[in-house]
Amino acid sequence: MAEATQMKVSDELAITIENMNKWYGTFHVLRDIDLTVYRGERIVICGPSGSGKSTLIRCINALEEHQQGKIVVDGTVLSSDLKNIDKIRSEVGMCFQHFNLFPHLTILENCTLAPIWVRKTPKKEAEETAMHFLEKVKIPDQANKYPGQLSGGQQQRVAIARSLCMKPRIMLFDEPTSALDPEMIKEVLDTMIELAEEGMTMLCVTHEMGFARQVANRVIFMDQGQIVEQNEPEEFFLNPQSERTQLFLSQILGH
Amino acid sequence: MTNNHDRSIAFVRTEDVPAAPPPPNAAGPTKWLKDNLFATIPNSILTIVALLVIYLILQGTLPWLLNGVWVSPSLSVCRDILDGATGACFAVLTERWNQLLFGFQYPADLYWRPGLAFILLFFAAAPVLFFDLPRKLLIFTALYPFIAFYLIWGGSILTPIVALVGVVAGAAVYQRYVKGSFALGFFAGIVAALIVWNLGGLIIPDEEITEGAMRSVASRDLGGFMLNMMLGVTCVSLSVPLGIALALGRQSSMPLIKYICVIFIEFIRGVPLITLLFVASVMLSYFFPPEATVDLFLRVVIMITMFSAAYIAEVIRGGLAALPKGQYEAGDSLGLDYAQSMRLIILPQALKISIPGIVNVAVGLFKDTTLVSVISMFDLVGMIRGPILASTDWQGIYWELFGFAALLFFVVCYGISQYSQWLERRLATDHR
Repeated sequence: MAEATQMKVSDELAITIENMNKWYGTFHVLRDIDLTVYRGERIVICGPSGSGKSTLIRCINALEEHQQGKIVVDGTVLSSDLKNIDKIRSEVGMCFQHFNLFPHLTILENCTLAPIWVRKTPKKEAEETAMHFLEKVKIPDQANKYPGQLSGGQQQRVAIARSLCMKPRIMLFDEPTSALDPEMIKEVLDTMIELAEEGMTMLCVTHEMGFARQVANRVIFMDQGQIVEQNEPEEFFLNPQSERTQLFLSQILGH
Repeated sequence: MTNNHDRSIAFVRTEDVPAAPPPPNAAGPTKWLKDNLFATIPNSILTIVALLVIYLILQGTLPWLLNGVWVSPSLSVCRDILDGATGACFAVLTERWNQLLFGFQYPADLYWRPGLAFILLFFAAAPVLFFDLPRKLLIFTALYPFIAFYLIWGGSILTPIVALVGVVAGAAVYQRYVKGSFALGFFAGIVAALIVWNLGGLIIPDEEITEGAMRSVASRDLGGFMLNMMLGVTCVSLSVPLGIALALGRQSSMPLIKYICVIFIEFIRGVPLITLLFVASVMLSYFFPPEATVDLFLRVVIMITMFSAAYIAEVIRGGLAALPKGQYEAGDSLGLDYAQSMRLIILPQALKISIPGIVNVAVGLFKDTTLVSVISMFDLVGMIRGPILASTDWQGIYWELFGFAALLFFVVCYGISQYSQWLERRLATDHR
């Protein structure tokens, strides 16, 4: 447990998941998940495809429903109460593998939509905030274009800015670079690194092991719906404990 | 090969090659003819055959059109004027234009009222159809149904005013309570409107106004192309929102709502419109208490609206299904509630995809309004088949009348289809 205390960035709890189980029909996708995330932690979740890592982070903002166990996000218990779900979702930002920008709205409108309608921010203020975050992801000049006119990397950075405009306390990333060309991966990772350096609480499903080494406090390895191993990145990569982790690492780092 | 190495490959152009006019076979009408009409032997044959067909059609119709008689009191006089020559008797149109447009019972001195309503329709429709116009113009669009009702039916001005106040009260109550929950706002709004309408009914005078410029005109006196336009405009504008509601209801996770919508849509789609119209004209009165009289026009509007709403719902369902699941998830993950994500994210995209289908239904609906002629409403086709063809003056004249009807419908439907194509181009933002 000495290690566990070292991992902590602060004592404040961001997310606690206790004994969570989820089934798709009769298929048991998530088994006995226990996870505590402290504010400011950067967690990378990896594992073979079908191991339930995306499902896990999608449970945190209730895009997927869990059947057993308890999830507490930022002090709010996730239940079937729609008010709680909407509250959690407005505090938790999410970036998707396929960006999911709204193609019928301009970049600026994409970013101001939720602040205006959910937070009831005045339009002018929302636009100023949006421009601030677009500058941060280095695409303010594209503000009046439509998502279809941007490259994949630019779209993903807009998606990050769109989430940030809601001033979330936690960010979830669901394989943010998997749908990108190699040369665009770096620009997205740079944005994420910058975000991590500012102390954002992040949970990131990714196979970018360089990113994990550079910014993560903790790496979680999942297989067959369970958390198999979690550790600090150095230890995790140099000295993996379980056989499954060793096999996985040898496969993705081997080439 | 070695020779190449002997020569220098360096080259510098010292003067420009002057621009020259193209040879005759590279541009101009000759090239266009060769490329488009006489490119190959089969092409040339097709071109010649097509030209022949066009010639034959024009040869048959042009004398008939150009030699038309425009002034004549009856068909027999018209035939005398023509004296055996080929020619159309367009005189029936100039003689009976008022009946074709307004029906045979609408008071002639009041034609300005539906005429004005028709002109105002363009002003009311413009801000809806062309959304670059200032949003404030929508206020007139919202008032238009009440103005048009007053202009066409006349009577006491209190009737449309009470109706308007009821709608405003309902909307205000809805606004007040919708923040609590949508259902509460919705039903509270309906109750408020009903209360206002019932109270307002007390102040509307019972006796009809029979004198003056704004005297009452009964629904049975409406007719001609005016009736088609009224049915078309009312039913299209009512069936689009109803169709959206049905499409969303069909996707609902609440089984009761879902199955009500599914049964409604499947039932309506399985029944011919003509059957529904007969139900409206004959059978619907059995379902109302004996003293209640629901206007025939209103009954027909309800039936046509339900009919086209079911089709529009299916078209929109296709649009909803075409959206990637990620759009719903992105809306959810930003904390938008159901109504917001539908209104701001899902429907704008789904409706855009559905435009061609919706317009298809709208054009079909507009043409189907002529079916009311079989339940003895005198719309344009009803007027032609009934009063005009039955009159001794114009018995036996078909081409001119039905050609005119076709022309009127074509103008409107072609306009709708051109608008929808403009709209699709205007909304194309995804650059796929």
